[in-house]
Amino acid sequence: MSNPGNLKYTASHEWVKTEVDGTITIGITQHAQELLGDMVFVEAPAVGRKLKAKEECAVVESVKAAADVYAPVSGEVIAANSELDSAPERINSDPYAAWIFKIKPDNLADVAALLDAAVYQALVDSEAH
Amino acid sequence: MSACPTTEGADGFIRNLSGIKDRWGATRNRVAPFFLKANMTLKTTPLNAAHRAMGAKMVDFGGWDMPVNYGSQIDEHHQVRNDVGMFDVSHMRVVDVKGIRVRAFLRYLLANNADKITLPGKALYSAMLQPEGGVIDDLIIYFMTEEWFRIVVNAGTADKDIAWMKQQAATHAPQLTITSRDDLAMVAIQGPNARAKVWQVLPQIKSSTEVLQNFQAADCGEYFVARTGYTGEDGFEVMLPKEKVEIFWYALNKAGVKPIGLGARDTLRLEAGMNLYGQDMDETINPLEAGMAWTVDLKSDRNFIGKAALLANTPTRKLVGLVLLDRGVLRSHQKIQTAQGEGEITSGSFSPTLEKSIALARVPNGVQIGDTVQVSIRDKMLAAQVVKYPFARNGKRCI
Repeated sequence: MSNPGNLKYTASHEWVKTEVDGTITIGITQHAQELLGDMVFVEAPAVGRKLKAKEECAVVESVKAAADVYAPVSGEVIAANSELDSAPERINSDPYAAWIFKIKPDNLADVAALLDAAVYQALVDSEAH
Repeated sequence: MSACPTTEGADGFIRNLSGIKDRWGATRNRVAPFFLKANMTLKTTPLNAAHRAMGAKMVDFGGWDMPVNYGSQIDEHHQVRNDVGMFDVSHMRVVDVKGIRVRAFLRYLLANNADKITLPGKALYSAMLQPEGGVIDDLIIYFMTEEWFRIVVNAGTADKDIAWMKQQAATHAPQLTITSRDDLAMVAIQGPNARAKVWQVLPQIKSSTEVLQNFQAADCGEYFVARTGYTGEDGFEVMLPKEKVEIFWYALNKAGVKPIGLGARDTLRLEAGMNLYGQDMDETINPLEAGMAWTVDLKSDRNFIGKAALLANTPTRKLVGLVLLDRGVLRSHQKIQTAQGEGEITSGSFSPTLEKSIALARVPNGVQIGDTVQVSIRDKMLAAQVVKYPFARNGKRCI
């Protein structure tokens, strides 16, 4: 599965989608879910929480490991995907649909500065060897 | 995102397959890849190419390049509980002890009593202890003849184990030869249909192995076949010449036996309530505080290494099972609060059979089955219930 070209990415393996209303939606990448394996638990940040860029704010756990999810940019949490409480495996089956939380960014320009799909893919390729 | 790596350091065990972030320590906040770099120094089994051809995700498992899964770890887990799967366990070490009066040496070397096995081929699980009582390794011995016992030890401890055995033999049984069988590979075929599949592939060994009881082995020439395993399911562990193992592996696969990675091996053994060396016990742990009292023979008047230390130190802790009542995942090294004091999880994961998080935990002796304890997970205290383990065996839930 390739990384969608309309998304932005972080070096810590989050994907970021900018919505028409200027909020952003965040999940973990195909590469990340593949490394972690079968997902069994997701803990999203509380709605209303103010986050700084690169702050640990969510946890995803697979059978074999726990992993932090970081805020890609600073902002306020406006939604968390409660569907993942009972179906964390959706992150495995469709990582780019199984969003974890949404943020209203303090500064939308921060999002533009994140990695594009090609740069992120190059990063993944370099880490794999 | 960052995560625990699926590799582990010096003690050579898969701690981090069920690891948790507090083992990350200072490094946990860095933005770093958590998968493995290519490492030219990793040891490989003769099935390495087969694993890769079958789509395995390979990890550094105590210095060995081993498959953690071939797709979904949970599917692999259910495959073994409900049908059959095969594991490459060639990284484990076979040690043959031969010569006159082997049994007398093993009676002294091991915490369990080699006198318990008198039927040829019969196996015995035992700890090998330091004089101070700590666990050097857990192992299985097979009684073949009065002049040949076979021992299977853990991969990460094999060199240390063999050095210890040779050191003890030099003093107490210099007539014995202790041989590391580096010429052998080992495949575990596990699950309710495991034996039938092995007989389909190796019909010539059927007559000599269908009579095997649980925990008994037969020496069938090139194939040494033991009705043992690490999953809580029926099955065989087959030791065979390295150069034959790839053909055997593919023949099993052609017969419908799917490969299973070390990830599922860990959740299967945890559900079955089986200890993992380096995690549930090690050289700093008294076996009586690691759920191993059933394997330590203190009743006979036999002397063995570590006995005096065990008799001198009354255990104050014990190993219990936990089932998490709240949402989350129990992991090794999480701290536990009980009414009787602190405890710690030694192995924890998600149980595919129970569809809940389960753990083995070392707690103060006064903790009772049915108690509710609090587990510290990140910044929260979550409730877990103390249960009698195993959690699942033979395709079924036990709790």
